Order: sequence, then C-alpha cells, then structure tokens
Amino acid sequence: MSCSRRDFLKQSVASVAAAAMPAATFVLLTPEEANAMVEESVRRWIFLVDTEKCTGCGLCVKACKIENEIPYDAPVSRTWVERYVVTKDGQTHIDSPNAGRDGFTTGAIRGEEIDPENIEKAFFVPKLCNQCDNPPCVQVCPVGATYQTEDGVVLVDQKWCIGCGYCIMACPYGVRFFNPVTKTAEKCNFCYHRISKGKEAACVQACPFDARRMGDLKDPNDPVTQIVMTERVQVLKDEYGTKPQVFYLGLDEKVR
Amino acid sequence: MNPDLVVHGAEWTVKELFVYPNEFIYWSIQIVMYPYMTGLVAGAFVLSSLYHVFGQKDLKEIAQFSLVFSLALLPVAAVPLLLHLQQPMRAIEPLLTPHFTSAIAAFGIVFSTYALIVVSEIWFVYRQYFVEQVHALAKQPGIGNAMRRLVYRALTMGAYEVGDKAIATDHKAAKILAAIGIPVACFLHGYAGFIFGSVKANALWMSPLMPVIFIMSAVVSGIALCMLTYIVIMEWQAFRNRRRGGVHKASEIRGAETEVISKATRYLLGFLIAAISLEILDLIFRGYTAMKSWDILRSVMYGKDFINIFVLQYTLGNLVPFVLLMLPKPTIRRTVVALILVLFGVFMMRWNVVIGGQAFSLSFSGYMHYHLPIIPHSVETFKEGLFGALSVLALPFVLFWIINKFVPSLRRDADTG
Repeated sequence: MSCSRRDFLKQSVASVAAAAMPAATFVLLTPEEANAMVEESVRRWIFLVDTEKCTGCGLCVKACKIENEIPYDAPVSRTWVERYVVTKDGQTHIDSPNAGRDGFTTGAIRGEEIDPENIEKAFFVPKLCNQCDNPPCVQVCPVGATYQTEDGVVLVDQKWCIGCGYCIMACPYGVRFFNPVTKTAEKCNFCYHRISKGKEAACVQACPFDARRMGDLKDPNDPVTQIVMTERVQVLKDEYGTKPQVFYLGLDEKVR
Repeated sequence: MNPDLVVHGAEWTVKELFVYPNEFIYWSIQIVMYPYMTGLVAGAFVLSSLYHVFGQKDLKEIAQFSLVFSLALLPVAAVPLLLHLQQPMRAIEPLLTPHFTSAIAAFGIVFSTYALIVVSEIWFVYRQYFVEQVHALAKQPGIGNAMRRLVYRALTMGAYEVGDKAIATDHKAAKILAAIGIPVACFLHGYAGFIFGSVKANALWMSPLMPVIFIMSAVVSGIALCMLTYIVIMEWQAFRNRRRGGVHKASEIRGAETEVISKATRYLLGFLIAAISLEILDLIFRGYTAMKSWDILRSVMYGKDFINIFVLQYTLGNLVPFVLLMLPKPTIRRTVVALILVLFGVFMMRWNVVIGGQAFSLSFSGYMHYHLPIIPHSVETFKEGLFGALSVLALPFVLFWIINKFVPSLRRDADTG
C-alpha cells in the first residue's frame, strides 16, 4: 500500500483530532437537560427577611460561620445582625457586636447605656449578600473570578481571585471581605452548595423564628414569592441601581 | 485567634461609631502610591513630548532627561499594585482572562502599550548614540569595554545605518511616537482616575471629574519631579566641574539650568491652575447638590480630614508653592522648595482620595481611621506600611541610575535629537 507524505499527515491530523474528542461529546441529553442548557434558568433564588420576627439571637450568624468555615473569631462574617435603637431625641444608635454572633445580651451600645424610658423604637435587621440582579462586584472583577450563576446567585472562584479588593470597594452593602484563610474575596452565596442540593441555607435553617426564608422568584406558587409579589416589601439602597434580591418586611427608614 | 488569620485591613483600621462588620480600610498606602507613581510617569512623558511634538526648543535638555526618567518610573508604577494584591502570584491573570467590564482588566494592556511607546521612542532618539558607542568601544581594550560594546550592539538591534536620511527617519519616528504617547499617557493615568471615579458605592470617589483631575495633577507632579531631579543633577555636575575643572564651566551649567527651569515652571503653573480649579469645582458641586452622602462627606472633609485636605494639600501643597513660583526674580533654591511642596501636595491629594474615600462607613453612620504601619512585624505590615511605600519611592531612582549608564539622558557634549 502506498501512502504519500501528504496523505500520511492528513490522516495523522484526523486521528489526533478524533482521539482528542472526549467521550462526553457523545452523551445523549434528556429533553429537560438540553432545555436547561439552552433556555434561561428555571430558578431565581430570592431571600426574604422579616425584620418584625428577628430577635437578634445571632444563631444565623453562628450557623453561617460554622457552615461556611469562616474563622469563628475573625471580625468578619458573611451575614450579620444590626441593632437599631431610636431614642426620643431622634437619634439613631446602631451596633452589631461580633456581627451579632453572640446575640445582644446588654442594653449598652458601644459602652453607652440607653435609658429604656427614652427609647422610641428598637429593632433588629439581619443583613447578607443581596445577590443583586445588576451586581457591581461582578462588573468590576478584573479576572472574572466573581460571577453570577443562571439562578441569580453571585459566586467567587477562590482559585482564580487575585485579591485586588475592587469588588469589596464596589459593593454598596459592605457584604464582601477578604477571607483570612484563603486570602481571596469572600461573601454570602445563599449557601449555594446546600440550596442547589435541595437543602436550606444554614442561616435559614438556624433561624428559630422564621425571620429568614428563601424562595424561587420564577415559581408563582412559592410561598416566599407570593409574599414578595403581594405584600409591601422593601430592598436596601435601591438608589445604587443594583437591583437587590433580598427583600425585607417591616424595614424602617432609619436602616442603612 | 491564630495570629496567621489576621483579617486584611484590621491591623490599621480603627472604627468609630457604626461601621458594617466587614468594612475595613482595604486599600491602603500602596493604592496611594499607585496613582502617585503612574502620575509621575505620565507627567514626565508629557513634559518630554512638549519638546518632541510641539517643538518647545527651550525644553530640549529637560525633555531628553524626562523621557529616560519616565522609562525608569514606568516599571515602578506596577509595583504598588503587585504589593497590595492578596494573591500576588496570580498577578498575570488580568492578562490571561481579562474581564473587560472592569476598569482594572485593561491595566496590563494600557500599561504595556505605553511601555512599548516609551521604549521605542527612546530607541529612536538614542539609536545614533548606540551606533557611535559600538564603533568607539571597538578601539578600546579591556573586558569591561567589550561587555559594554556587546550591550550597545544588542541595543542597536542590527540597525547601524547613520546616514542623514536614516537619522531624519529616526527623528520623524520619535516625533510620531511622542505624539501617540501623549494620549496614551493621559489614558494610562486618566484610567487610574476612572478606577476610583466609577465606584458608585463610594460617595467621595464617584465623580466623572475624577479622571480629568487625576490627569492634571499627574502632569503637575511629573513636571515637578523631573525639574527637581534635573536641578539636583545639574547642581551636582556644576559642583563637580568646579572642583575638577571639567569641560564646562560651572557658571555655564548654572546658566543653562536657570533657563530650562524658568521655562518648565510656566508649564507647571498652567497645569497646577487647571488641577486646582477642577478640584474646587468638584468640592463646590458636592456641597451645592448636597446629596444623601453630603452630611458624612462634609464631616470628613471639614472635620476629621481638615488638616490633610485644607492645610496640607491645598495650602501647603498648592497655594504656597504657587506663590513661591509666581514671585518675581525666581531663584533655584526657592524653586526647589516649591517643587518639593508641589510633589507633597499631589501626594496628599492621592492620600485624601484613597484613604479619605474609606474614612467613612458605607452606612454613613460611622468612621474609619487609618494608622499607617511604621515598624513592620509581618510581611503585610511591611508591604502595606511606611517601608513598603519608601521602597517604591526609591526604586525609580535606582532604575534611573542603571538606565542612565547606558542611555545618558544629560549629555552636554553631543547632540542626540
């Protein structure tokens, strides 16, 4: 059999190309799987915080730190609880000692006792990443290490983040920080590893009062979605145009 | 807590009133150094282009020097960024997977484009000199001269043609590159301003004027540094010639120096006026529109940072040198004082933008105070401390000393362009 050099090279290239093709090329997809790949996601994760129900116990912060392996005593946290005390003279006193992890066991705010008679109103506000629809942190990441999933959650690739801190600067909510262990940007991701397996986020599960709930905006029958659609809900700092997806019930105008 | 698990920023941030738990001064001294050094690069280049492009003949000598000096400053502009990264080993990633919606992603591209322009321009300006050196060193014995000759041979890149036509082509190429270089230099620095100006979360930074303010103050600082270094070198030459009795008389050098400096001063003043006007405009606009953030901004600017902004930056860094330079019968000594103050003023402007922008909480209900680490006790407190910043400041002078060995920027004996 004769084989010219040209034919030999041609056939070599073809066989190398064929060998390089992964077996996955030939996997058959179910119609649902194929649909999920080409059409938009079936889900949009949202979060609902009912500030009327929050007692500031701090179990959510504890659960979050343990679940997501954020050093327990480091002064940073993926979620935190703020306490607001508005006094009769119109002043607002805010604090969040240890991110609210250990609850609010004293009436003093930064060492200053406030006379209970003088209090007009007081409440707690849990905070976490808003998983914005228009996330500025994703916009400014120079390497694409932080990105938005199809179901709306913003994630950080710990192996690709260069630690420039631009995303931390860009977030108007102050939810981002540097993880002291990985030295990369860190933030709440609605416990993506849990919710994508059908489990509840750690803080949602830990909350004894149902102040934290999660839902799917694309499912009209979802109880959380129904609340967001039918009741008067509020979001934080909508003036930044970030389109936050954490909704609040009973949010006071004093909340920053 | 494990001492290794220090939260970035916690060491130098002191919080006052209510600040979100995760807020710290994440961008510290090295991010002050970054726009400062880039500004010096851009400014030095613009000064050199005033001669190469616009034919300001009186600036010829300082133009040559500024061009070489901007090459020495160039690599240093990237060093602060490298020092502040939490993952410096991944610094190449913005070039591998640039995410172009981010202002930082373009840094590598803008920076290398600019570097190429500067290096090529220097090559065209000095090619004739390289060729001359190759021929001159051929006759001299010794291994040192042989090595030098090898370096010069490499620098010529094989282009030995030095006829009138070839030299004319060189000059033309240098002029074109200098012309392209001006917008690129402005872009390099205006873009540093854009990095800050586009952060909508930061009430102090967010302003479309930010890039323009950065460019103007960059040119001011670049011209000031070139003038200052030039004066120091000329004084040194005059001093040496007085002692050894060199080819040029000290008075001759002093005369030429005064001439150049008074011309460069005029440009410096022009850019200084532009920079200050824009900054004042920005300030007035913020006060007049009094958006939600104005309460906290005002308390920072007129209260906590009053000394830094109004005393150190505007008065000592802008007003005093302005008066010193405007006074009749300028002297070299007074000019030196004014130039040092101008450089200090621009540094304070960078400081007040970067650190001042993080002096208040995103909640608008509290403040953060920055304490610059002085004595380092860890890699981080060195990198992002006084000594890290001083190393960055010293580096361009070391580089200039090395580059100047091969590309003499202040040759008074030969004509190079």
